[in-house]
Amino acid sequence: MEGTERAFERLVLEHQDRIYALGLALTGNRHDAEEVAQDTFLRAYRALVTYSPDRVRELKQRAWLHRIAVNVVRNRVRGVRPRLVELNGSEPSPGSGPEEDVLRRAEVDQLAARVACLPPRYREAVVLRHVQELSYAEVADALGQPVGTVKANVHRGLKILRGENHGDGDD
Amino acid sequence: MATVMIDLKALGGVKAPAGFAERVLAQAGLTDSYSLFETVLGPVYVAWSGQGVSAAMRCPSAGEFEEWFRKEVGRRLVRVEPPARLAARIEDQLSGKRRLEFDLRGLTPFAQAVLLKTLEIRRGEVRPYGWIAREIGHPAAVRAVGTALANNPIPYFIPCHRVVRSDGVIGNYGGGGPEAKRQILTLEGVQLARLQKLAQSGMRYEGIKSTRIFCFPTCYHGRRAREENFVFFHDEAEARAAGYRPCKDCRPAVA
Repeated sequence: MEGTERAFERLVLEHQDRIYALGLALTGNRHDAEEVAQDTFLRAYRALVTYSPDRVRELKQRAWLHRIAVNVVRNRVRGVRPRLVELNGSEPSPGSGPEEDVLRRAEVDQLAARVACLPPRYREAVVLRHVQELSYAEVADALGQPVGTVKANVHRGLKILRGENHGDGDD
Repeated sequence: MATVMIDLKALGGVKAPAGFAERVLAQAGLTDSYSLFETVLGPVYVAWSGQGVSAAMRCPSAGEFEEWFRKEVGRRLVRVEPPARLAARIEDQLSGKRRLEFDLRGLTPFAQAVLLKTLEIRRGEVRPYGWIAREIGHPAAVRAVGTALANNPIPYFIPCHRVVRSDGVIGNYGGGGPEAKRQILTLEGVQLARLQKLAQSGMRYEGIKSTRIFCFPTCYHGRRAREENFVFFHDEAEARAAGYRPCKDCRPAVA
């Protein structure tokens, strides 16, 4: 029992940045990102409590957490499109960082918002592959899709992000 | 093409906001908060989680409290400003007005049963260890009850001081030794001298002549009776032989 609690503590400390970044890339804003990341860890905790010690040891934590996070996002955004307009710079950074940090932060937020506009299947593929830098095999596993499908979705997603026309019969 | 990829990589380098891990651990119920409270018993460190008060201890320093908590309860502890509402609730709890919620996770089911039963003992009353053992369905586990009470992580709040030996010896007390136990019981209105005199003469129960009911000494129902209207008994058989039935409130024997 105590073992699970310590294990979870380590899990959170080790993966909090990656899962938060994932949430940001998938939802497009920091508020939702924190909610998604919190939800992900809480679900992970509820699952960990029920796992046997062997199962916990063999867990591929990174892939497992990514899978949970993708599902959290899928469940919450079902039918709700992320809103863009009010997000740019609406949340000032806590504390007064150097100006370039603020600029950097705004750029990141803008990019996240752009990524969040992609249709879900492209967004998930692109984010896991190029933001989180998982291998194609890991992405396929996290999304529960064949590798070929993932590759195609990443390709199409990137194309849209680069601003190329996505209605040119490629689909 | 390359720039999009580089930008995306930068997006992956975002850091979680400050305090994120603490918030997650608190939500999962793995972090407790604590603060120092001024109470009728003097300054007491009190820790609580989302489920209720999880520990209380008189410690010389915050560091010692944290160390003790980590060892006994096993969760993380964060010091916070004392919430005003909680301070009032603690006062109410210690004066017997209202009961707090307690978080007893991390204790064995047996220890939890012992502590929950102890909560039923009213202010101003005491019970023997054997009473707790019988009430929770382990009549032979008197020593185990003593151990569970000695390791009570929330003394004062869960009134383990209201459990005493049936031979009248006050017994040891985790919350500051026998002297502290004596002091708190007196503060709560227990007539210790009377209690000990009875115990030393081997009298375990008091009966009230008018009602023909026998109780543990200190039982609420005997408090208003005059001393000359009491009869005293060594054991249950003697009381029953005299035509007395056990009190349904303090339950000196199964009714």
